[in-house]
Amino acid sequence: MPDLLIELFSEEIPARMQARAREDLKKLVTDGLVAAGLTYASAGAFSTPRRLVLSVEGLTAESRPVREERKGPATTAPAQAVEGFLRSTGLTLDQLERRADKKGETFYAVVEKPGRKAHEIVAEVLEATIRTFPWPKSMRWGNGTLRWVRPLQSIICLLTDEAGANVVPLTVDGITAGNTTEGHRFMGIGRFTVSGFDDYAVKLKRAHVVLDAAEREASIWQGAQNLAFAAGMEVVPDAGLLAEVAGLVEWPVPLMGRIGEDFLGLPPEVLQTSMREHQKFFSVKNPKTGRIEGFVTVANIEAADGGAVILKGNQKVLSARLSDAKFFWENDLRVAKAGMGEWAEGLKAVTFHNKLGSQADRIDRIAALAREIAPLVGADPEDAERAAQLAKLDLRSAMVGEFPELQGVMGRYYALEAGEKPAVADAARDHYSPLGPSDAVPVEPVSVAVALADKIDTLTGFWAIDEKPTGSKDPFALRRAALGVVRLVLGNNLRFSVDRLFDAQVLRHQIGSAPEQAALLAEILGASVAAGMFGRTTRELIDGAQQEAPQWLPMVRDHDPSISDDLRDFLHDRLKVTLRDQGVRHDVVDACLAMEGNCDLTLLVKRAEALAAVMKTEDGANLLQGYKRANNILTQAEAKDGVEYSYGADVKFAETEEERALFAALDRAEATITPAMAKEDFATAMAAMAALRVPVDAFFTAVQVNSDNQIVRRNRLNLLSRIRAICSGVADLSRIEG
Amino acid sequence: MPDTLSTPRSFQEIILRLQGYWAAKGCAILQPYDMEVGAGTFHPATTLRSLGTQPWAAAYVQPSRRPTDGRYGENPNRLQHYYQYQVIIKPSPPDLQELYLGSLAAIGIDLAVHDIRFVEDDWESPTLGAWGLGWEVWCDGMEVSQFTYFQQVGGHDCKPVSGELTYGLERLAMYVMGVDHVMDMPFNDPQSPIPLKYGDIFRQTEEEYSRHNFDQADTEMLLQHFKDAEAECDRILAAAQPDKAGRTIVMAHPAYDQTIKASHIFNLLDARGVISVTERQAYIGRVRALAKKCADAFRQTPAGADL
Repeated sequence: MPDLLIELFSEEIPARMQARAREDLKKLVTDGLVAAGLTYASAGAFSTPRRLVLSVEGLTAESRPVREERKGPATTAPAQAVEGFLRSTGLTLDQLERRADKKGETFYAVVEKPGRKAHEIVAEVLEATIRTFPWPKSMRWGNGTLRWVRPLQSIICLLTDEAGANVVPLTVDGITAGNTTEGHRFMGIGRFTVSGFDDYAVKLKRAHVVLDAAEREASIWQGAQNLAFAAGMEVVPDAGLLAEVAGLVEWPVPLMGRIGEDFLGLPPEVLQTSMREHQKFFSVKNPKTGRIEGFVTVANIEAADGGAVILKGNQKVLSARLSDAKFFWENDLRVAKAGMGEWAEGLKAVTFHNKLGSQADRIDRIAALAREIAPLVGADPEDAERAAQLAKLDLRSAMVGEFPELQGVMGRYYALEAGEKPAVADAARDHYSPLGPSDAVPVEPVSVAVALADKIDTLTGFWAIDEKPTGSKDPFALRRAALGVVRLVLGNNLRFSVDRLFDAQVLRHQIGSAPEQAALLAEILGASVAAGMFGRTTRELIDGAQQEAPQWLPMVRDHDPSISDDLRDFLHDRLKVTLRDQGVRHDVVDACLAMEGNCDLTLLVKRAEALAAVMKTEDGANLLQGYKRANNILTQAEAKDGVEYSYGADVKFAETEEERALFAALDRAEATITPAMAKEDFATAMAAMAALRVPVDAFFTAVQVNSDNQIVRRNRLNLLSRIRAICSGVADLSRIEG
Repeated sequence: MPDTLSTPRSFQEIILRLQGYWAAKGCAILQPYDMEVGAGTFHPATTLRSLGTQPWAAAYVQPSRRPTDGRYGENPNRLQHYYQYQVIIKPSPPDLQELYLGSLAAIGIDLAVHDIRFVEDDWESPTLGAWGLGWEVWCDGMEVSQFTYFQQVGGHDCKPVSGELTYGLERLAMYVMGVDHVMDMPFNDPQSPIPLKYGDIFRQTEEEYSRHNFDQADTEMLLQHFKDAEAECDRILAAAQPDKAGRTIVMAHPAYDQTIKASHIFNLLDARGVISVTERQAYIGRVRALAKKCADAFRQTPAGADL
């Protein structure tokens, strides 16, 4: 059983691509080997900045012979058909077999493929792998046509068994596979020959290359912690940075340095971001002061001077960077202390989107909506409006210009510096959340109001100009914004109809900035958020505005809800995905979406969760069948008779015990369900509904609905309609599958 | 491993050593292009000569202007006028990384005590319609060069591929010589009878140009010059008609000069702050359109034709 060693040696592979590349190499090669009829015991892939490596152990020495049989046309078939078969099989007529069967005699082509040597297969598979490798970005170099992530310099392709190591004959675009490689770029030992994976790994280490990325990570982390510990400090964990740095070095040598005293007053986020993004440094914290006071950089060389020059150089670069940061910070503080007016002014000149106005227009809209949302989330309207006006001003700050990822974080510092309330300042930092699945949902009411207003303004804006996400294209991250709204509502148990907020904000977009009669418009939109577009106060205000007749009046009066409706559907789709991940089936959600009040997402989810739970019980599942049966019978009867059976079932026309029992059960169920629904106690209501299962089943077993006696029949149909009505009051069970 | 030389004593010694090194490696040592450009890549020796199949190897210093980077000579690292050292070799040789490391050793960087790293950095020039893959090269955490394998220039696939090396000379020299402020860097040998520092030569010009670029450049005139350059580029390219003797000369280089002009005028307008975010894209697109036409034209000329 030979072992296979492959090394693809190249110029430096981007760190971020290495993990995926080793998996791809392993999968493409082993899949190819298996598809060609070889088997293997185990395989492992490795990467360094300069090499991708695959070790396959226990490979079969040759593939099994394969016998393929294909049935052709009848021997009596026209000559054309036979010729076609010969062409497709590549055989001649005398090589075909004739076999008798029921219908006569048929041609068969039997092709025996002998087993093939492993080295032939490996050569083919590796060449195909190299030529089709799925790098996220690849390039050509020199005179060649081959594409690789960076120039590919040499290939090891070696099959090793008891008899020794053999290079697999293979040439790809002028590069011939061999059995040699080189070690570290600066601490290597020249080119050397290897005889198999174990020999390779040992010699590489001698040549100052740690092959396994996990081993490099562990060594970096251990080394960094040791350095910090010795100085009474601790390294701030950063898994992403660790993986990246491990992809930048073949022989990691951590070195620790101190941040200059001048810079220790910078916010820790600034220090960390600057060091991570620009320098790939780990931050080191002093537990006594709680500040970031040091850094660990990871060199790729054991320098002759113990790293003194390297550390000095890195320190110098860091000082230059932090001088910039400090300059930004101090300038920003000056603007912040003066109330940030300079930034607010500046944002008037920054376009958010050419159809959605400037960032300043956007802030105005968000602030207006945040004020309206405030009472719905328990925030002070003044605070919410103020927070929204401030939350994005840091976009003009020098620090955020340099480090866009610090948006919000800096906003909070600057708002505090400007003397704002902590809750208002926190909203600057938190209103972007939740950004991803791992990002927490804000809970502080002011932050919640601004976060909702921000996302709803974005959504309604792009909906209003018809720039919705399509397929995989979502350049404005609208799916994330919608999911953010869903998570904010559910995470805070908020109770309101999102469509009201949509209507108000769609109108703000349609009317545009600086409307005439701004105060009147604000009053109307405020009323519409509180009471709905067709709420009485809203309509009264609109009617009252006829006299003033501002230009926007027809738009508000005849507001077209279709944009909000479409956006609501989009939100519902996001909600379905969220609920599906929690194990709630899509048809169960559909049954709840069909009910009144589906713009109240918290209510919707409560209902869906209760329904999902009851549908998992045996009673629930059986009742669903009973409901469907009742509904089918009713639908057919209603179609046939041309009337709707909805009222008037009377127990006095009941003929059987089961019928009477059902009457009683429906009365009991209603007595429980009606008050439970009024209290939004879906669990109780649905349990009562599920309890109908026994009497409903018994009814259908014992009673023939379509009686010859028309009075009895009509009474029974009206009885069925009560089942339908009671169940439909809870959820639209007709949408549930099964 | 290449031999390391002693630490250079002046800015010009670093330039002279690079010239000597790349001359010894067989590059034609060209002189700077005599127009205002934003980077060494704009020199026709790189932009145009990276097109077509004919082999090419050149190295040169290119004074580069980035009006928005002006800081009145006060910032220790930022200048609106600075020098790049540019090496361009077609096809890219297989040992280009080794050659590059040799050039670092030649200017006194001891590869046994410094930490040299090739960190992913894909290069793109939207104004030239060009892109390539490569790295920024770090020395002890500082970016000292750009290393790029050109994939496309002026919208044309580069076949063969050119390898391009760009050294930011001031930054590199400051690091090698341990100077903290660019203006304090010795320009000639400090032992010379008349020692000159970088600041002696450039502090005043940085101040003057910063004022000009940010406050004084006449934007009305520049907007007109941009249009003129654009029109002239088109006109020159359209004028490739056979003359009386039946000879057709495609004037790719004169047309490309107009592209360079348009690009620099755009940079000035940008520094004057009169170009909005949306317009910016449109201007870049207009320069790119010129660059593409010039690339098309160069491919019709003897130097740009496939062998």
